[in-house]
Amino acid sequence: MLELRQITKRFGDVLANDHVDIVVKPGTIHAIVGENGAGKSTAMRIAYGFYTADSGEIVVDGKVREIKSPHDAIALGIGMVHQHFMLVETMTVAENIVLGAEPGTNLALDLKSAAAQIRQLSEEFKLAVNPNEPIEHLSVGQQQRVELLKALYRHARLLILDEPTAVLTPLEVEEFFVILRRMREQGKTVIIITHKLSEVLAISDEVTVMRDGKVVGRVQTKDTNAAELARLMVGREVLLRVEKSDPKVGKAQLEVKNLSVTDRLGAKRVNEVSFDVCSGEIVGIAGVEGNGQTELIEALAGLVEPARITGVMNFEGHDLKMLGARNRRELGIAHIPEDRHRRGLLLDFTLAENSILGVHYRPPIAALAGEVFIDENAVQRRAAEIIQNFDVRPPNAALPARALSGGNQQKLIIGREYRVDPKLLLVSQPTRGVDIGAIEFIHRQLVGLRDNGCAILLVSAELEEVTSLSDRLLIIHDGRIAGEVDPKVATLEEIGLLMTRGH
Amino acid sequence: MTKLARDLLFPLIAVIAAFIVGAILILVVGDNPIDAYRLLLGSALSWPDGIGYTLFHATPLIFTGLAVLVGFRCGLFNIGAEGQLYIAAFATAWVGIKFANLTPWLLIPFCSLAAILIGAFWGAIPGVLKAKFGSHEVINTIMLNFIALALVSYFTQYHYKVPGDPILQTSPIGQGAHIPHLGKFIPGFPERIPLNVAFILALLCCLLVYLFLWRTKWGYEIRATGSNPFAAEYGGISIRKQIILAMAVSGALAGMVGINEVLGHRHLYYDGFSDNYGYTGIAVALLGRNHPVGVILAALLFAALQHGGIYVDGFSQNVTKDIVQVLQGVIILFVAAEAFFKWLLRRRTSSERLRA
Amino acid sequence: MQDFLIFLPIVIASTIRLATPLVLAALGGLFSERSGVINIALEGKMLAGAFTAAAVTYAADKRLGLGTASPWVGLLAGMLAGLLIAAIYAVSCIKFKADQVVSGAAINILMIGMPGFLSGAFFLSSGSTPQIPKDHLLPQSPIVIAIAIGVLVAVIWYVLYNTPFGLRLRSVGENPEAADAAGVSVSKIRYSGVLIAGVLAGIGGAYLSIGQSSLFTRNMTAGRGFIALAALIFGKWRPVPTLLACLLFGFTEAVSNYMQGVVKLPSGEDIPVQFIQMVPYVLTIVVLAGFIGSSRPPRALGIPYEKEK
Repeated sequence: MLELRQITKRFGDVLANDHVDIVVKPGTIHAIVGENGAGKSTAMRIAYGFYTADSGEIVVDGKVREIKSPHDAIALGIGMVHQHFMLVETMTVAENIVLGAEPGTNLALDLKSAAAQIRQLSEEFKLAVNPNEPIEHLSVGQQQRVELLKALYRHARLLILDEPTAVLTPLEVEEFFVILRRMREQGKTVIIITHKLSEVLAISDEVTVMRDGKVVGRVQTKDTNAAELARLMVGREVLLRVEKSDPKVGKAQLEVKNLSVTDRLGAKRVNEVSFDVCSGEIVGIAGVEGNGQTELIEALAGLVEPARITGVMNFEGHDLKMLGARNRRELGIAHIPEDRHRRGLLLDFTLAENSILGVHYRPPIAALAGEVFIDENAVQRRAAEIIQNFDVRPPNAALPARALSGGNQQKLIIGREYRVDPKLLLVSQPTRGVDIGAIEFIHRQLVGLRDNGCAILLVSAELEEVTSLSDRLLIIHDGRIAGEVDPKVATLEEIGLLMTRGH
Repeated sequence: MTKLARDLLFPLIAVIAAFIVGAILILVVGDNPIDAYRLLLGSALSWPDGIGYTLFHATPLIFTGLAVLVGFRCGLFNIGAEGQLYIAAFATAWVGIKFANLTPWLLIPFCSLAAILIGAFWGAIPGVLKAKFGSHEVINTIMLNFIALALVSYFTQYHYKVPGDPILQTSPIGQGAHIPHLGKFIPGFPERIPLNVAFILALLCCLLVYLFLWRTKWGYEIRATGSNPFAAEYGGISIRKQIILAMAVSGALAGMVGINEVLGHRHLYYDGFSDNYGYTGIAVALLGRNHPVGVILAALLFAALQHGGIYVDGFSQNVTKDIVQVLQGVIILFVAAEAFFKWLLRRRTSSERLRA
Repeated sequence: MQDFLIFLPIVIASTIRLATPLVLAALGGLFSERSGVINIALEGKMLAGAFTAAAVTYAADKRLGLGTASPWVGLLAGMLAGLLIAAIYAVSCIKFKADQVVSGAAINILMIGMPGFLSGAFFLSSGSTPQIPKDHLLPQSPIVIAIAIGVLVAVIWYVLYNTPFGLRLRSVGENPEAADAAGVSVSKIRYSGVLIAGVLAGIGGAYLSIGQSSLFTRNMTAGRGFIALAALIFGKWRPVPTLLACLLFGFTEAVSNYMQGVVKLPSGEDIPVQFIQMVPYVLTIVVLAGFIGSSRPPRALGIPYEKEK
């Protein structure tokens, strides 16, 4: 049905797909698994015409095709349900489904016959929705049904589903699988992108495993098991074990009790979470991304409106909830954010200017004329120190941060946050998109900071990283702490299963 | 390409391209572009009138250019300089009329302060609206322009006009509020040319804006907010505060046009005095690449054109001073669509590669 | 009070007359903004339409002797002028992803100068066109105009909500990525939206110069493009409420014209017209801040669509 041959795609200096070959047989459910950033979605977005590949070809029904836009893909019978739904929230179900493939003439939109057709499809595939309901009134599960109907309405023979179960409750997942099986019975081909291994085993016929932009395994589902898939999926080839001594654990620095964080739409992203972090230890949080890690760290760093937070966050006896990001920094909380481009850096600013973010308003930086003017010498000294100690290359403080590679940008951020001698460090995905050499360096720095008595809360989607660095390891699933393990004895498979299955 | 080269190159290309478009238009109306441009630019270089008037016209443009610049650096688009300068100019005149008998040592600072504070106040309104309600500053500044215009026109017409005066202008401000023309200090430079101390103030403001934005912690926070609000927030910066602060500073700068206009030039408030200074400020800031030095250069260019426009009107057959406005519009269009030139360049290089 | 009753029909007629250019420009803006392209350049497009319509009508009348047909030729020319300006704007915003506000401001500045430049050359005047005979203008009967506007709003409402194009237009302004994923070409739809805006604003401008008056004068739109923008926001980007907003703003203008010198305050002073002129602008700010219901712009308004980010 669909074949990707030697597909390569580069975003800036990131190689998202590296000569990817995927073969999907007609009438099967094909799972593509891999960690975040493995390149699964990129490959499928290329197949759907959302991105164009730098090289390689796409074969549909045995013929090489050029898919330049979703329009071309739809014409070839390909449909895709994206991880973030592509729905116009203010419009109705029927309007969304027919958009781009409207029934009736150019002069009259025939929504009545569309509604009838939608009802028929809903019946056939047991996808109950009301065609006249606006999208914004629907639950996430219902919205997903709309996405499926959208593809079916366009007579898609191949459905690509990107992380379809991420937004569903366990019960909904069961129903969803029934729908997928029914589609297969009707002769449709389904590609499901996921990293939940239990689901792969439950639903798919064949599996393609991706890691770091490459295909690393192709197996028949009946011939494999979760342990094998987990190993293929998380195995990072050249990651060095971190040398570290036993922690000298001090008193509890950060105490979190029954912390909940809701998002802007009112959904609970962090759900009644409780834990401590003591000085001198690294507490890791492992979990598939999107299970509340981001919200947890941002809530602790002071980047979430207080109205969306309930529960207790105490740091050295201070109630953090009442304090803004600046006050928290003043208490000695530093933060290495997960997305350095969005949060961590002012990309147009020079390295020197970036090196003072967060301390720019007080001595020794703002030190002249009553702490109003920034002391340029102090800035340069600080930047030079960070650049030297953290081996930021090229070592030129006048360059804009944009000019640096990902690894060097990360070293700059880490250097900046270390420079304030934090008592508590919140770290998210410290080595994402960072080259191997820098990874080792960053890991050593984290351990060194711990040995100096800093409390560290580490979030990482890299299982191996988080297990080798942490002294204690919490596993987060669906906004809750699903368990705590001793990283010295727990196996990767054990942790992997806990974070994909919940319990 | 180094950053400085790029900063100079693209504005230069935009200006040249606009002049080419202008030349085509001049040809279309049946005139000689070279003659027209000689009138337009050449007259600005004559001593003392050309240079004097160019600098005089540049004064308000430097203020409004700086105003737009400060907004831009915070990620805000202040289209409201026009309204801010009107309301501030009126406030300047009001103080000058009300306290006409004060000594210059008090009256000039008072009047100037009125210009700055009222400008800041009027500028801060859309800032507060954005910070509190998230409503778009572009729409609000446009609306506030019209509100400001109506307000000052009302006060002039109904309360501060000399009875019987057919012109919509206030009574004159006190003698003590006059600031001297530069001719008073420069030998050989006639005092009749309205270039006044406000020009020095404008240059000083360029320096101050530079120091404020690039040397103080407040400027750092404003620029950080404009560069990446999420990172600014992460660095403990209150984005809402920066939005209000930047808009207030922007308004204050626009307001200083009132000092040039009322204290330095007309010595009263004249309704409708602004020759689109606020809108031209957008062009000045953009062409000046949102840098104070660039603002000075761009303001001088537009001021020279404005001055030359009068000569074009007088001595050219078919070309009127409106060519200035046309050039200005085309320049901004080209500056905005920088991608257009990059696209041209790419096409050139790729077609050359094909031929090779 | 009795005065007022006598003047009521006059005020209504003049409301319709004054609202007409606003309705045309605002509904044009609606197409552009619903597709996700901000349109602060309505003013410039109206000026283009107004000048071209007056110039061409005059030429058609005097030079070609088309007589009563000349205003229609002028109207067509005004539409084309709006279209041309919109095309420049569209290419810069959509193809070259220029900042929409900056390009819009540029168009406005350009069109303040262009009519003067051209009229200086062709009519040897300082920014205005020669008079057109009264009987060679567009129809001005309030009833005819009211019917025309009614039909136009009905058509636009129908197109927006009952045709595939309308559906695509709305979806592109709300969520271009979703539209793209559904196989809709975002740029094609945006081009259409901006070009339609140009044509309608061009007609609006033409009505000012060869309908309401009989010549083009310097800067004759006097901010009407921005009032139209205000009406669009006040009308929450929907055709019928936008029409009502335009009528309201037209009414305030009519009342302020009528009150000038007629109605006086008890103290014997005129009611300051400036306060009535402010009404549209103040209402817009109030509505945008969410004090009267909420006016939510199309979600993707002002954001160039980039595919691979």
